[in-house]
This record gives sequence, C-alpha cells and structure tokens, in this order.
Amino acid sequence: MSIPCRQAFSQEVLAQAKNDKNVVVLCTDSRGSVMLGDFAAELPEQFIEVGIAEQNCVGMAAGLANAGLKPFVAGPACFYSMRSAEQVKVDVAYSNSNVKVIGISGGVSYGALGTSHHSLQDIATMTAVPGLTVILPADAWQTKQMTAALTVHEGPVYVRMGRGAVPDLYGPEGESKLAPDFKIGEAIELMQGSDVAIFACGETVWHAWHAGKKLAAAGISASVVDLHTLMPLDEETILRVAAGCKAVVTVEEHSVNGGMGSLVASLLSEHNPKMIKKIALPNENIVTGSSPEVFRHYGITADNIAEQAELLLKKLG
Amino acid sequence: MSTTNYRRIATERRKELLNMIYEAKTGHTGGALSSTDILVALHYGIMNIKPSEPKWADRDRFVLSKGHSVEGYLCILADLGFFPKAELMTFSKYGSRLIGHPTNKVPGIEICSGALGHGLPAAVGMALGAKKSGRAYKTYVLMGDGELAEGSVWEGAMAAANYELDNLTAIIDRNGLQISGSTEDVMKLEQLKAKWEAFGWQVFEADGHDIEGLISLMKSFPQTNGKPHMIIANTTKGKGVSFMENVAKWHHGVPSDEQLAQALADLDKTEVGK
Ligand SMILES: Cc1ncc(C[n+]2csc(CCOP(=O)(O)OP(=O)(O)O)c2C)c(N)n1
Ligand SMILES: [Mg+2]
Repeated sequence: MSIPCRQAFSQEVLAQAKNDKNVVVLCTDSRGSVMLGDFAAELPEQFIEVGIAEQNCVGMAAGLANAGLKPFVAGPACFYSMRSAEQVKVDVAYSNSNVKVIGISGGVSYGALGTSHHSLQDIATMTAVPGLTVILPADAWQTKQMTAALTVHEGPVYVRMGRGAVPDLYGPEGESKLAPDFKIGEAIELMQGSDVAIFACGETVWHAWHAGKKLAAAGISASVVDLHTLMPLDEETILRVAAGCKAVVTVEEHSVNGGMGSLVASLLSEHNPKMIKKIALPNENIVTGSSPEVFRHYGITADNIAEQAELLLKKLG
Repeated sequence: MSTTNYRRIATERRKELLNMIYEAKTGHTGGALSSTDILVALHYGIMNIKPSEPKWADRDRFVLSKGHSVEGYLCILADLGFFPKAELMTFSKYGSRLIGHPTNKVPGIEICSGALGHGLPAAVGMALGAKKSGRAYKTYVLMGDGELAEGSVWEGAMAAANYELDNLTAIIDRNGLQISGSTEDVMKLEQLKAKWEAFGWQVFEADGHDIEGLISLMKSFPQTNGKPHMIIANTTKGKGVSFMENVAKWHHGVPSDEQLAQALADLDKTEVGK
C-alpha cells in the first residue's frame, strides 16, 4: 500500500512521541498538510502551534532544544528552506541545536501553485550550511525508518519529502523487495552494474530503479544508488560505484544548479572525472502543471533516464 | 449617485470563480469567496486603472498578499479586459499562465505572491516610490488575517508609519479562519485594531461584504494626514455558499457536481455583496 512520505512521518513521529515525552512537534498552520491532526489531538501537550510564522517557529524550536526537548518542525519545505533559512543556519545549525526541520510537499509537489510553493533550491542551500544533516527519503518505508532514526540522532537535520503517495520501493511489499537498514549518511546500492551509474535521491529513486530495470532489459548494466543523505555525503560509495562504471547519470527533483548532481559532479571531478548527465529541473520558472506533468515535461521519468544513459554510453563509444 | 450594480458584479465573479475551481479541480475556495466583495470594491469602484494599458505609470497599485485567493482576482481582471475571459478555463492546467497564485506574467498583476507576509512590504515600497517620484497614484494591499502572524507584516507596518504613507491602504480579510481553524485558537490576533493603531496607522472597521460602504469609506480617506490607512474588513469565509460559510475545511476544496449546482443556486437566491 503506497502512502505519502509525510503520512509515514506523521505516524512514526506519533509512535515515537508516545514513548518519549521530550519529542515535541511544531507546526505553522500546517498540521493538516503534514497530516499531524491525530498527533495534535492525541498529544496536545507535545504539539505546539505557532501560526503562519516559519521564522518564529524555527527559532522557538531552537529554544525548546536548548531546554532539553526534541523538537520536530514540520511544514512546507518551500517555506522552511527559504523563509526561515537564516533561523535554520544560525539558530539551528550554527548553534548545533537538536532540531529536526521536516520540509513536506517539497520539490514541485505543489504543481500549479507555482514557484512560491516549489522548493527547488533547498538542496543547494541546506547542503552548504555547515553542521546540518540533509536527508531526502525515497518512500514511506524509508521515511518511517528515518523518522525513528531521527528521534535518536542528536543534532540539526533538514529533511525534504514530497506530497503525493509514492510507490513503495523498499520493504517486503516494496517493488525492489530490498529492506536495507536506514543509516544516516550511508547510501543504498539498489542495483550493481558496470556500464552506467545512476545516482538518485528522494522520490526520484523509484524512477531511477525502473530505469535500471529497463536498461538491464536492453542489455545495459546499471548501478542504481539511493543517495538519501546528501550531507554528510557518502563519498566513499559514490567514488567506488562511479569507478566501476563508464558514465554517470544523476536524477533529482531540484534545480540543476547546486543540487545532488552538482555534489556528485564536483566530487568526481576532483577524484575520477566521468561523463555525467544531470537530470533535474532547469533553473527557470517551471511549466504549470501537476507534479507528474512537470516530471514528464522535464524528463524525470524512467524512460528518459534510461534513454539519457544510453545516449551517454553511445557518446563514449 | 451610483449606477453600477456592484452586487450583481460580485455575484457573477463568485459564480465564475466557482466554475473555474470546479474545472481546474483545485482552488482556495473559502478565502476567494470571503474576499470577492473587497476586490470588487477596489477594482470597480476605487482604483484608477486602464485594462488596455496595464503598465500605465500612474495606475493605482494593488497587491494580493493573500495570494491563494487568486481565483476571484483573476475573474475580475478578465472581466475588466486585462486578458480574455476564455483563458480562465485554463486555470492551473498544463502550460497555462494562470496558476494557483498571482504572477506578474498575467497583465494587471504587479508582483508575484503566494508566500504569505510579502504583500505589505512590497506595497510599502510602491507607496514610498510614488512619494519619491512625485506620482499621485494610490497603493492598496489585501492580507489574510491568519497571514498577520508573519513577522514581515509588522516590519512593513512599522515602515509605512515611519514614512508617513498616507497614500497606502491595507485591508485585512478578517474572516476569523485559517487552515487549522479559528485565528484566535491558532495564534491570537486580538486586540487587532489596537495593535495597528499602536503601529501608527489610522484604523477603520468595516463590513467586508458591503461593497458600497467600502467604496465610500475609501473615498473619504484623508490623503494628507501622514498616516497609512487600515481597513479591518469583517467577512465570512465561503461567503454566499451556504455549506461553505464559516467552514474551515473549505479553505481549499473543489465542489462536486451537486455541490456546484447548489452553490450557484445559493448565489442566485441571495445575491451577496451587501
Ligand atoms: C509563508 C507561507 N506560509 C504558509 C503558507 C500556506 N498557507 C496558504 S493559505 C494559508 C492560510 C491563510 O489564512 P488567512 O491568511 O487567514 O487567509 P484566508 O482565511 O483569507 O484564506 C496558509 C497557512 C503560505 N502560503 N505562505
Ligand atoms: Mg482568514
């Protein structure tokens, strides 16, 4: 059964908070969009409504962490990564506050609500904030594991997840049938191959995995890697997997500038330059449409990932 | 003596926006209905604008700071002739320039909005710009009440008073609701009038559905007392549609076939706008 990652987060954070009364959740008129209505009703003492004030919310979370609580801040990724970026940088990351900033409905999830509601700069900004862990979970199963890990993990974290239900990739019911342990900072190798290495993060991992299957059917051997943690980056895995392949494709729901593709490209360029195709959103105003329409428009699809991988390999001869 | 039937105009815009939301299968319905009469008062009764010349330098400026209520605004701009009415049916569809928040790709719209708390600072700049460039245009901005929790609103409030912007009018769509429920439960706003007065504004309370009343109030504003004007417009979220009125969950929502029929019938029955 596929559910949105934000729902998996809400269920798990509620379960965790029932066992640990130091876990508190802060919202900014966002409890409905994060699906935290049950949390607010069941644990009113651990739920803090801040109103439509993201900067105040992240600042308050830093203060609550200082008092020994374990605050999760949850609302649209576009607002937490931009409006309260300075609070995330100074009050949370710089001050090493134990705050988890959970950005939901990230990337182009909000579709036709437009640029004000898209978060296509958050990987660029958040991975350049020292001390901040940055995670993009791939599906509900991984989100549940991640949420459990975050309640134990001490330190500043920014998470981005999407809005819609995503197909289950992991777990016994998941399409890959893989059920790897979630460890912050450890990439997951979904497929091992020797022609092309495909790196993906967040909800694009599912598309990358399907691209890997398509390529296999066409006789091309692909590695597919889920880079769920972008900071700290699992450099060892990226370098090892890329070294075993001829070319690299990166796939992400982010601006082509400064995203995961840029992180991978700059790492490889210093150690082991490879031909790279970055599949991402162009750095321009995004076409109006639902998020699947936007994905199709810009080729964030298994078909296009496979096609770009083949083109890259052809170019190399 | 007024010859314009503002109530009729507002009813037509409400019907159009409901049809548009129904067609698009997305929309911020409640807030669009609560703000329709305010938008009609401004665009049909107060503002000096030229649909054939949207960038006319002396036009009055308007900023929809509660950008999610774009639907009624778009219907008004189309009705006034800023762009063809037929385009309304492309709202939120693949490739359309009419999206779920105001963008200034659309003729008649000054600035992009959608992230709450941006409109007042931008309007302060427009009003200050008029003073600096010696232009007589006026600036208007419409905010939500839930929106007032954003600190940037109060930064703008302070600046407007500091620069004595008596050419600026801000209106609050005081419908008492935001997404999670009552504004007073989510983040207390009262004493709202006293707060704005303390910030140096001249504050008026008004019925936000009395179009003629809003027009005559705004026409009566002194333009030379050095104080920005605030209208706290008391409204009903979902105004005009029985089953949407004062129901928080209609903040966003798409009517079913039956609900649309009932909504349109409600509007015909009791022409709101007063
Ligand atoms: C900075 C920012 N935070 C959150 C949102 C999401 N959001 C859209 S509308 C809304 C509620 C607005 O309530 P209110 O201002 O009272 O508007 P109205 O009742 O008139 O619809 C919220 C939280 C946003 N658009 N911008
Ligand atoms: Mg409101």
